[in-house]
Amino acid sequence: MTRPQIAKEKNPVFGTGILQGMWVTMKNFIDSYFKKADQGGIFTIQYPEELCRISENSRNFPFLVYDAAPDSPRCTACGICERECPTKCIHVEMAKDTAGKPLRKPAVFEIDYGLCMNCGMCEDVCPFDSIFMDRVYEIAGRDRTKDMLIGKDALLKPNAYFQKIRPKDAADIDARRKAAEAKKAAAARPATPPDAGGTAS
Amino acid sequence: MSETILNEPQTLEINFGPQHPSTHGVFRMRAVLDGETIRGLKLVIGYLHRNHEQIAENLTYPGVFAYTDRLDYLNSMQNNFGYALAAEKLAGITVPERAEYIRVIMAELARIVNHLLLVGFLLNDLGAFFTPCLYAVRERERILDIFEDVSGSRMMCNYFRFGGVKNDLTENQLGEIRKVVSRLPAFLDEFEALLSKNEILCMRCQNVGGLPKDLAVNAGITGPMLRASGINYDIRKTDRYSIYDRFDFKVPLGQKGDVYDRYYVRILEMRESVKIVEQAIAGIPRGEFLNAKTLPLLRNPRLFKPAAGEAYGRIESPKGELGYYLVSDGTPQPWRYHVRAPSLINLTVLEEMCVGQKIADAIVILGSIDIVLGETDR
Repeated sequence: MTRPQIAKEKNPVFGTGILQGMWVTMKNFIDSYFKKADQGGIFTIQYPEELCRISENSRNFPFLVYDAAPDSPRCTACGICERECPTKCIHVEMAKDTAGKPLRKPAVFEIDYGLCMNCGMCEDVCPFDSIFMDRVYEIAGRDRTKDMLIGKDALLKPNAYFQKIRPKDAADIDARRKAAEAKKAAAARPATPPDAGGTAS
Repeated sequence: MSETILNEPQTLEINFGPQHPSTHGVFRMRAVLDGETIRGLKLVIGYLHRNHEQIAENLTYPGVFAYTDRLDYLNSMQNNFGYALAAEKLAGITVPERAEYIRVIMAELARIVNHLLLVGFLLNDLGAFFTPCLYAVRERERILDIFEDVSGSRMMCNYFRFGGVKNDLTENQLGEIRKVVSRLPAFLDEFEALLSKNEILCMRCQNVGGLPKDLAVNAGITGPMLRASGINYDIRKTDRYSIYDRFDFKVPLGQKGDVYDRYYVRILEMRESVKIVEQAIAGIPRGEFLNAKTLPLLRNPRLFKPAAGEAYGRIESPKGELGYYLVSDGTPQPWRYHVRAPSLINLTVLEEMCVGQKIADAIVILGSIDIVLGETDR
């Protein structure tokens, strides 16, 4: 195997290495004014005025999706995300009606953003396509226990928001849900015989 | 810690850290000085200990992935890689072709990120305050943008899954990677023009902190530090894990094992990594990016129950041999989980390298080891 050898040859004149280095810094200094960001120019941006482009896959904190109204979220309070969350930052309680019968929707759904480590495990394990990773970032708070503990009302966001931030994933999931619903509807009325010819033509 | 290390007159014991800025984290060392010369040096580690192994033993196998990101937080892709290899060996999961290529591309990009940062901060330690570091961070930034685009997060990527990766690479992303990587050789040329022949850097680094071959082997040093001492040992070549046997790359070796060799080996390794990424992009096949059989296991992690047994998966992380040891007892949780962290083991020879050197060189020698305290203390 041939190996790249480490160059140890001396500079012909003492100091040329430093001068060469200064030439590089000078070149970079001038380039930073006249070149574009991806060719060696300044790539910092002025944050509050300009914002970075955020990629579609970007993830930080979880949120819940609802379809029609916040009263009927996709979440059924099954508690799988609560169980699988590595940091145990999710707390779910199922809603019950006055008779004490469970209602398959959350009464309490809290996520401690101060504890969440943005891994995306809850999104991976959710069987109801309900919890997804958001990309909010201006969420600084003054109190660790109050401002970082996000409740159900703040977590629930419409499906339109999900479609806006992640169009590709949302389209896939919507198509899958629609297909599943159609299948369920078809399975619910197996007794109806196929029309013999009434609606044809 | 009240007893002194060397009980001699004329010596002075001083304490570095744990908040010393040059120690790359909460690392503490106690140095015994005679004038400016170091007579003895003891490491005090454990300030960042956060029970990583015990936490992992209380989680499911897929749940540990997010925690492995936090070991060596500068290149989470490589950490994921090692853990994925260990668990796949344990459960006998195969990885599709395309996923292997994606893994190699990401792992080599992570290696470039790590070495860029190392060289930048080594120069900071040397006193070249932030000019080389800024140039390095500028290139790193573009690679981190790719990571965000692909995995969702810039540093805590959590991208690998058992039997593949989380998302597929689109053609756009491949083009972006090709663009970023094609810039790197020119950047490295410029970077070397700035640094490699600089007289100040040569005088500070050459013949400083030498690590003899036999000591390096006996102490279990791995990675660029071992190769800088002239020993040809690269797990990508010896184990040929994943698909590293398909790529043509060389293993740069140093001669003396001083700080300059360690610096230069990393520059050369970056060039080799660029070559690997280019070959991988050229050869990436179409196909699935995740083994379809493991998808239900990821959707329901409690079903991932490897048969009782043990497995050790190791990779050539940018810092050395990163190994994960898993013991399964057939339940969804690992019975034992151990990380062989290269930072910790490479750090053990710090005293031998520092004794007899000047106190200012100790900082440079520490910088050239390339430690990350997230991995050292776990």
